[in-house]
Amino acid sequence: MIPVQDFLYLAGLIFSIGVFGVLSRRNAISVLMGIELMLNAVNINLLAFAKFWGWTTLNGPVFVVFIITIAAGEAAVALAIFISIYRKFKDINVDEIKYLNH
Amino acid sequence: MFSIAWWIPLLPILSFITIVLFTKKSKLISSGISILVMLTCFIFSIMIFIRFLSLPLSARPINFSVPWMIISSLHLNIGILIDPLSINMIVLVTFISLLVQIYSLGYMKNDPRFSVYFSYLSLFTASMLGLVLSNNYLQLFIFWELVGLCSYLLIGFWYFKPSAATACKKAFVVNRIGDFGFLMGIITLGLTFHAFDFQAVHQKIALGLNNGVGSTAAITLIALLLFCGAVGKSAQFPLHVWLPDAMEGPTPISALIHAATMVAAGVFMIARTYQVFSASTVAMTTVAYVGGFTAIFAATIALTQDDIKRILAYSTLSQLGYMVLALGVGGYTAGMFHLTSHAFFKALLFLGAGSVIHSMETNDIWKMGGLLKKMKVTGITFLIAALSISGIPPFSGFWSKDEIFDAIQSSHVQGHQILLGIAIFTAFLTSLYMFRLFFVVFLGNGHHEEDSHENHAIHESPWTMLVPMIILAFMSIFFGMINAPHLGLYSKFIYYGSHPQKAPFSIKMVLISSLVATSGIILASLFYWQKVFSAKAVANAISPIYTLLKNKYYIDEFYSFLAKYFVFGLAALCAWFDKYVVDGGMVDGSGKLICAFGRGLRKIETGKIQNYALVIFGAIAVIYLIMSF
Repeated sequence: MIPVQDFLYLAGLIFSIGVFGVLSRRNAISVLMGIELMLNAVNINLLAFAKFWGWTTLNGPVFVVFIITIAAGEAAVALAIFISIYRKFKDINVDEIKYLNH
Repeated sequence: MFSIAWWIPLLPILSFITIVLFTKKSKLISSGISILVMLTCFIFSIMIFIRFLSLPLSARPINFSVPWMIISSLHLNIGILIDPLSINMIVLVTFISLLVQIYSLGYMKNDPRFSVYFSYLSLFTASMLGLVLSNNYLQLFIFWELVGLCSYLLIGFWYFKPSAATACKKAFVVNRIGDFGFLMGIITLGLTFHAFDFQAVHQKIALGLNNGVGSTAAITLIALLLFCGAVGKSAQFPLHVWLPDAMEGPTPISALIHAATMVAAGVFMIARTYQVFSASTVAMTTVAYVGGFTAIFAATIALTQDDIKRILAYSTLSQLGYMVLALGVGGYTAGMFHLTSHAFFKALLFLGAGSVIHSMETNDIWKMGGLLKKMKVTGITFLIAALSISGIPPFSGFWSKDEIFDAIQSSHVQGHQILLGIAIFTAFLTSLYMFRLFFVVFLGNGHHEEDSHENHAIHESPWTMLVPMIILAFMSIFFGMINAPHLGLYSKFIYYGSHPQKAPFSIKMVLISSLVATSGIILASLFYWQKVFSAKAVANAISPIYTLLKNKYYIDEFYSFLAKYFVFGLAALCAWFDKYVVDGGMVDGSGKLICAFGRGLRKIETGKIQNYALVIFGAIAVIYLIMSF
């Protein structure tokens, strides 16, 4: 039986990697990937605690399903925006795209 | 019946407003309104006077008071106090002002600002009437300042002359110095007695001297501060410098200022607050000595001046010194009596001088001469006034001056023998400079006869100018007699304390004063009429003293020096402080601080989403750390 702490360490690590990715990457797609990592770290946390309580409630897993669904939608919209930005600027660097009225 | 006293200051104010707002265009209507109003006020004053005489002593004085402001426990009133002192003043002020206004009809005839002149005259008289009728210190101060303002307007009436513009500023600033002391005095008085009404304060002083409320030191301080105001307004040494310069105004204004309205205010104020002064020996002695010094100081300057109006101005200073001296030695009646009789002959002297200037168009006495033949009425009335001011019996100046000598003689002020000596010597100087003026202007052969083309211009003045002079001449002859020994009508009317106190009449004093006055006239005639002695030779013999006197003891130069190094130095310091500390440090500094702050804060607004995210995550981490401990 894997103790709950291990899940939490893993989730913390993944979350940190995600934060680092969001803060340090200039490429919009990498930033998006960082966000996905953070979301998944949260998912792991939710499932870990659900398992810790012996699956007595399903709130956590249901939440996780919602997060995955919304993350998928969000990724789709974000990628669509990135593509149209790339078409306009020939670049996808977040620092360069300061003004939406270009 | 006595409530018509409210109208005495109000009517001239209304006439001022009417002239300024509506009738400025018409010279006739403006002057007509002004003169009619003054005539009404004069009649009202006489009515009050006559009615007051029939009042029993227990019903005096009459005090009308209406509340003005109530600030917690402090009740400020506005009101009118009718007592012998204020009745004396309202009759005098309205009388002189009426005559001066009639005179001005002729004197100012061709002035383009004729109507404005009359409106100022109305306001000036209104302020003075309000001042003398005040029943409390604050109201007195308000009208006191109004009188100052009007004198500024009238001295600077011909503001396009640089000398007039400077003179009116000088009068205003010098008066301000005295008024500062006066205001301090009123504030100290308010703090000490918690009241401003004359009757309340004076009652408290009378009680306090028995019960120890309001120590003698406090009363001395109050009296000396109040005296500062009188020194400024009544042009006593060392604040006398504005009065000779005030000659820049039209001559009728000088008559009004010197006789009844402005300079009398200081003497009146001492008389009005006499309870304060007489409660302090130190204050009384100071008043007496300042008055005595001013009397002799100004008389010596008057000996050497060339400008007819300036000689008269210094003579006013000297006579005011007499009044202040009289009040200082306890001669309340004598001081007020001299104020009143002086008002008649000094107004006459100025109106006479105005008449001369009107036809000669110069102020220099050496350019005049032999005018008695050409201007008979002016000459004779001027002679009457000169005899009166010199103290030749039986002219009114003699009686009032004699009264002052008697008061000094019988006073308890320390060194009153010295003061008496000063006063008698000043009387000698007075007749000397006054007859120097008279002989040079009216009898001597001046330089004007050399330029014969100017000769035809010398003519007697119109009747509007002569009638007031004749009336005043009449008063200058007969007014003094009302207080002759065994008659003493004036002493019975105006006195300080519970019953009339007339200093004993002394034949010795009459002889001395007549003798010095006559010797002054004789000396003047030897120098300036018969030319037995040469004035120039004497001047050369004592040239250092002559130069000193000619330059008025260099007081003006001394004040300029003070102003240059102290006032302007202080002003420069203040300017520096304002420029670099207030503007540079506080105003610009606060702006610069905000700018610098903004510049610093602007750096965090990078527009980069990741910086913001970093701050958000960092903040969450910090909050987490804080929460976990």
